[in-house]
Amino acid sequence: MLRGALPGTLAVVLLFALWEAACRFFGIREFLLPAPSAIWSATIAAWPMVLGHSWATLGTVLMGFTASVAISLPLAMAIAASPAVSAALYPLLVVTQSIPKVALAPILIVALGANEVPRVIVTFLVAFFPLVVGAVAGLLATPPELIELGRACRAGRLQELTRIRLPFAIPFVFSGLKVAAALSVVGAVVAEFVGADAGLGYLIQTSMAFFRTPLAFGAVVILALMGILLFQAVALAERLLFPWSSGAQQTPSGF
Amino acid sequence: MITLDRVGKRFAGRDGGEVEALRDVTLHVAPGEFTAIVGASGCGKSTLLRLVAGLVPPSTGRVTLDGTPVTEPRAETAMVFQAPTLLPWADVLRNVTFPLRLMGKAGPGTEQRAAALLATAGLAGFELRLPRELSGGMQQRVAICRALLQSPRVLLMDEPFGALDALTREEMSLELLRIWSASPMAVLFVTHSIPEAVLLADRVVVMTPRPGRIAETIQVGLPRPRSFDQEGTDEFQRCARRIRALIYGDRLPRAA
Repeated sequence: MLRGALPGTLAVVLLFALWEAACRFFGIREFLLPAPSAIWSATIAAWPMVLGHSWATLGTVLMGFTASVAISLPLAMAIAASPAVSAALYPLLVVTQSIPKVALAPILIVALGANEVPRVIVTFLVAFFPLVVGAVAGLLATPPELIELGRACRAGRLQELTRIRLPFAIPFVFSGLKVAAALSVVGAVVAEFVGADAGLGYLIQTSMAFFRTPLAFGAVVILALMGILLFQAVALAERLLFPWSSGAQQTPSGF
Repeated sequence: MITLDRVGKRFAGRDGGEVEALRDVTLHVAPGEFTAIVGASGCGKSTLLRLVAGLVPPSTGRVTLDGTPVTEPRAETAMVFQAPTLLPWADVLRNVTFPLRLMGKAGPGTEQRAAALLATAGLAGFELRLPRELSGGMQQRVAICRALLQSPRVLLMDEPFGALDALTREEMSLELLRIWSASPMAVLFVTHSIPEAVLLADRVVVMTPRPGRIAETIQVGLPRPRSFDQEGTDEFQRCARRIRALIYGDRLPRAA
């Protein structure tokens, strides 16, 4: 696994080296495009403040992500269980997806006050959709033979759901969770742009207002790392809790 | 023990009309009897099996098991499908015990019986493997073990070897006969293969399509235990020829 990461790591290191060299060689001004070294020193110099903003964003991200999981999974079960519920809810879900969340954020902040709640809601709205779609797809993808097997074993509707459909949906749910984890970071930053007094989104805006570009870049890098870490945490949870799931897409091997 | 009394089955077709899958099927299966059902695609073989399993209700007529009408799946029937249909998340042992656990009938001895059954099917040492680590033939053996662990009095098999290669198929047929002779149960075995039907069954029910009905029932007079050596016998050839004639009718295919 470490050996597999080597080409990727090398590519990133090379990219940063080129970036650094280009900034120095062409004498690009710092507020237009800061060199990696400038980003690093600016971020370290302001570290306690940056750390505080990072914690604020992480809090919003985690709350929004948790809310998406808590709401998406029961919603997906209801949609998968009944064609009527599905017909009623799917158009609404698509509507929530067609509304730009940036447009919604200021309205929510006026309605709900300048606190954590509207930010968590925006994060939720950005993140939950792929999770619902993934979970519904998983619940409906159960092969009909497997359902028939359950019926032949005299399983009721509840047993069919908990013993056959839900376990079958797990790989699909985890694909949705990985996308939702990455999108939560996007959602939190969108909300912070519109109304916040802390967080990396807020830091980027205030830094740019004073042309402190290196610090804004530092915040962007931390956001990227946050997304990667959350994605990997979900992947790790899948490997530990459902070892059969992470390899489920592999082709079956004969002997 | 299984009786189908003038059973008919109609489904709602996709174009809004009705499709008649079975018409006027009357069949009686004795306890411990091995019955094969042969016919072209679309002759209602699988529907017939699902009627006996209680998975679909008949449109007309009656299906009874020991005299009581079959209205829902019953504990004494077990089914093997064409695909292994194993649970991808459960290991081999938990797949085999799944029906009993689902029906709340798993006891302290269940795992041991399952392990013993897997051993007779040549799967000793694979108890803790996941289905995707097994070959197609091994997966289907697990599916058969899963059905047998329910100690069914009626075993319904819907082209169970249809997805396997020819060699594995022959091997599995003999294995099935061995298991069946050790613990006799009524078997309804749907297949496309005429030699397979003759080799396995006490009698072969030949069905014709649109609507599916029974053309004729052929008694196979071959002694048991059966083996592939019997394929050369006159009785084997007589049965196979008769089945072929019933299925193809006048348009018996000839090689040029």
